[in-house]
Amino acid sequence: MATVHMTVNGKAVTGHIEPNTLLVAFLRENLRLTGTHVGCDTSQCGACVVHVNGQAIKSCTTLAIACDGAHVTTIEGLANGTELHPMQMAFREHHGLQCGYCTPGMIMSAVDMVNRKGHELSEHTIREELEGNICRCTGYHNIVKAVAAGAKAMQGMAKAAE
Amino acid sequence: MYEFEYHHPGSVENAAKLLSTLPEAKLLAGGHTLLPTMKQRLAAPKHIVDMRSIRELHGIHVKDGHLVIGAMTTHSHVAESALVNSHLPSLAALAAGIGDPHVRRRGTIGGSVANNDPAADYPSAVLALNATIVTNQREIKADAFFTGMFETALKEGEIITHFVFPTGIKGAYAKFPNPASRYAMVGVFVARHGADVRVAVTGAGANGVFRANALEAALKGDFSPKALDGKGVSADDLNTDMHADAAYRAHLITVMAKRAVTAAQ
Repeated sequence: MATVHMTVNGKAVTGHIEPNTLLVAFLRENLRLTGTHVGCDTSQCGACVVHVNGQAIKSCTTLAIACDGAHVTTIEGLANGTELHPMQMAFREHHGLQCGYCTPGMIMSAVDMVNRKGHELSEHTIREELEGNICRCTGYHNIVKAVAAGAKAMQGMAKAAE
Repeated sequence: MYEFEYHHPGSVENAAKLLSTLPEAKLLAGGHTLLPTMKQRLAAPKHIVDMRSIRELHGIHVKDGHLVIGAMTTHSHVAESALVNSHLPSLAALAAGIGDPHVRRRGTIGGSVANNDPAADYPSAVLALNATIVTNQREIKADAFFTGMFETALKEGEIITHFVFPTGIKGAYAKFPNPASRYAMVGVFVARHGADVRVAVTGAGANGVFRANALEAALKGDFSPKALDGKGVSADDLNTDMHADAAYRAHLITVMAKRAVTAAQ
């Protein structure tokens, strides 16, 4: 067993884990944050995307112990109380999901995309940047619309916070 | 995944010590090949030596007109680096096309090159750009490094510390990605070193990355896509699998080489 310390969604957590525990298993099974999903479990589908130190990564292909000391944000950490994050709102408004399984990863990737590429995202950029997130229901059309709208809405959020 | 003990040494020296003293120890770089392999139980190291916390292995700088890239530098770091984009834009473009954004955040140049996956992108850049692979023991020229599929000149316990790339080279990488996995079904890196031209092919060879001598010879006289008309690589030593047979891969090599030459103009 090993001890690992992280800040997850702003809260300090400590876990006693086996070194072979994946970050996604630590989040889901130890912390009961089941919003992060395991889809393919082969680092292709992106249902497990979370932010580690501000960067979107695949938590199914990351050891929890390698994240000792890291700041982790999961889908549960985006909303402000009962008020959804603008990207979550955009996915709801534009119906950017059907079954919803891929949605947490889509939204975490989308927020990361905005952090890197800004608030005005072309359809081409969004589709390219979603290469690591697979959806088997929607055909992506509404996801792309939702990401574009969410990116713009996040600009309002940044301004409101100033 | 089977159980293992986890180590995170603070220096290359300590990592080398761990490798030489622990039984069945494996280096972990970005982990985007090793961890999936361990999850499938195709690998079961007793000890994992995580290189991430070794600071000396991260980062990019220019020294004596050469671009020096630490082994633990991630694909996204190389893709976004102002230094790489100004000194060797073809390498930045290649890094920007590896895997997906999340994979690029974790995957490293050292891990990719040491693994020498026959469909990986980086080996073609190292070979075509004639980089030097620097380890904790010696310097290895690219031509002597890649020895076969998943095989390199690295000895037991030898650790890549950084790569030294010549700069100011006109070059480009053109990839035909597998439609499902996005790995290179064929990837061709063309690089013009003064009067010399080097062409490296990944994704296609039965023995991993290789130099396409016939294409190099054609391009030396005339660095244009037209010079490659009727030129190609024999299908004899190319892969056949469910995605493409050797003859198709041979065809793609010339097509991708032409695209790379056009992009490198």
